[in-house]
Amino acid sequence: MNQASQRLWRTSPLLYIALVVAVLFSVYPFYYMVVIATRSLDQINDVPPPFTPAGEFGANFGRVLDNPAANFLTGLLNSVIVSAVVTVSVVITGSLAGFAFAKLRFRGRNALLLTIIVTMMIPTQLGLIPLWGMIQDFGWYDTLLAVTVPFLVSAFGVFMMRQYAIQAISDELIEAGRVDGASTFRIFWNIVLPALRPAAAVLGLLTFMETWNSYLWPYAVLTPENPTLQVSLAFLSYAYYTDYSQVFAATAVGTVPLVIVFILFGRQIIGGIMEGAVKS
Amino acid sequence: MSLSATTAPPSPSAPPPTPPRRRSRAITLNRLDLKLSPYLYIAPFFVIFGIFGFYPMLRTAWMSLHDWNLIGDHTFIGFDNYTRLFGDEYFWNATINTFGIFFLSTIPQLLLALFLATMLNRTFLRARTLFRMAIFMPNVVSVAAVAIVFGMLFQRDFGLINWMLSLVGVDAVDWDAQKWSSWTAIASMVNWRWTGYNTLILLAGMQAIPKDLYEAAAIDGANQWKQFWKITLPMLTPTFVFVVTLSTIGGLQLFTEPLVFANGNIIGGDQREFQTLAMYMYELGIENLSTAGYGAAVAWAMFVMIALVSLVNFLLVRRSVK
Repeated sequence: MNQASQRLWRTSPLLYIALVVAVLFSVYPFYYMVVIATRSLDQINDVPPPFTPAGEFGANFGRVLDNPAANFLTGLLNSVIVSAVVTVSVVITGSLAGFAFAKLRFRGRNALLLTIIVTMMIPTQLGLIPLWGMIQDFGWYDTLLAVTVPFLVSAFGVFMMRQYAIQAISDELIEAGRVDGASTFRIFWNIVLPALRPAAAVLGLLTFMETWNSYLWPYAVLTPENPTLQVSLAFLSYAYYTDYSQVFAATAVGTVPLVIVFILFGRQIIGGIMEGAVKS
Repeated sequence: MSLSATTAPPSPSAPPPTPPRRRSRAITLNRLDLKLSPYLYIAPFFVIFGIFGFYPMLRTAWMSLHDWNLIGDHTFIGFDNYTRLFGDEYFWNATINTFGIFFLSTIPQLLLALFLATMLNRTFLRARTLFRMAIFMPNVVSVAAVAIVFGMLFQRDFGLINWMLSLVGVDAVDWDAQKWSSWTAIASMVNWRWTGYNTLILLAGMQAIPKDLYEAAAIDGANQWKQFWKITLPMLTPTFVFVVTLSTIGGLQLFTEPLVFANGNIIGGDQREFQTLAMYMYELGIENLSTAGYGAAVAWAMFVMIALVSLVNFLLVRRSVK
């Protein structure tokens, strides 16, 4: 054992170098985003390209806010609303269904669960064209309903909460609740939900990030006048790609919240992803 | 008497309690609760998914058998849309582009992820969480933001990549003008974003392998390389199949990276150099409403390809590690 550990230590300098290089590659585009966002336009076109941040961020971001075509603040507000609503709904519906599949007996349980697992494997784009038509028929085009309602539930969320509920909640606890005369919903609210909190937090974070970052569907059903943040960024970059400092200032502002959330909760997110990987 | 604890205390205005009836009502309610609750709890998923997930999927199949205009009328034409695909130059172009980018991204990405996961799996690694987080961080950012940043890195005149190439004497590349160069640029975005994710999944799989297997192998004199081939890889098969399947589904649906790289041009470059299948489907079905039925056929063709590639992957991975 001791010998083995010594052998591992001997290979370590190379190992650390490899990992540090990987980390640099991972982090550099973030840094680059900050560099361009804080440079004036003519500095960007310098040869060699700039490698350090400067002090022009205020001016660049000011151009974003003054740009009436970017609708940046509308996009920001829309993204906050949509991400929050979708996250709360996915966590609640996922917990309820996960609890039912993990701990309640009912006819057709296994078949229904299998249905949910199968739907996770079908690409969403298969329904894209008709869904777009449905949104038109409902009169939801260019409204937040179009980017919210279809995503209020998630098969992955149900599956993840079920996996967690199976191991986190003992049957005795639920039995005890029943003996005390609690209704199923009371048991869910007072016993199950508190026990599911760690998994709910991870699911919530993942859902928030995914919704915040989603692009294809909002791009399809929203106009540039009423965008989500990602749609606003993309339109900004299509129309003003010569003004990279402006585009990058906006992109950086749209990315910083995620990076902060990730630095604060990264440990839990990574733990959740890795746990989910082993179980599925 | 013990049962009375399960019923609510009588409210003052209520008539004197009649225990048997109350009890039976409570029991009926209780039974109803036990029977119905589970269905109520899973109902939101099935209702919403049914309307916005499952129904559109079936409708895609139905549409693909029609000459379908999203705002106007439609006529049944059987499998004409599908036969038309075989002679459609743009469809094959999009297929080749999709697979080109798919191979350029998936293969290096998974090899790199396997390498990094093996490194991170070392028992004596310091700052493990920090490394994991840093490597995963690219996956947190939106595809749109990534595509904007990489679009600038791969800019022809003052992009960083061309500047670095000029240092080693290579002429500036017009990245979005040719197939090989645009595929490389797009694949590099995909690789940057997904290598860390795949690393974590593979790492999770590696950590689930019992440690005593390695100890036994070490006692028998197997070196680390041999342990990797004889223990890690075979035991990792299920995880590897999972990762490959996810990459396939994601890779063949590629849309945002090429679209933003093309500055929103749905045909992907002036000559469709990097239009993917998903972009072609979008062009037919949504940008151009009158060909929605044909777009639906492209959607199903995509689905069939994903299923086939997943199957081939599955068989290959299983065989190669046996």
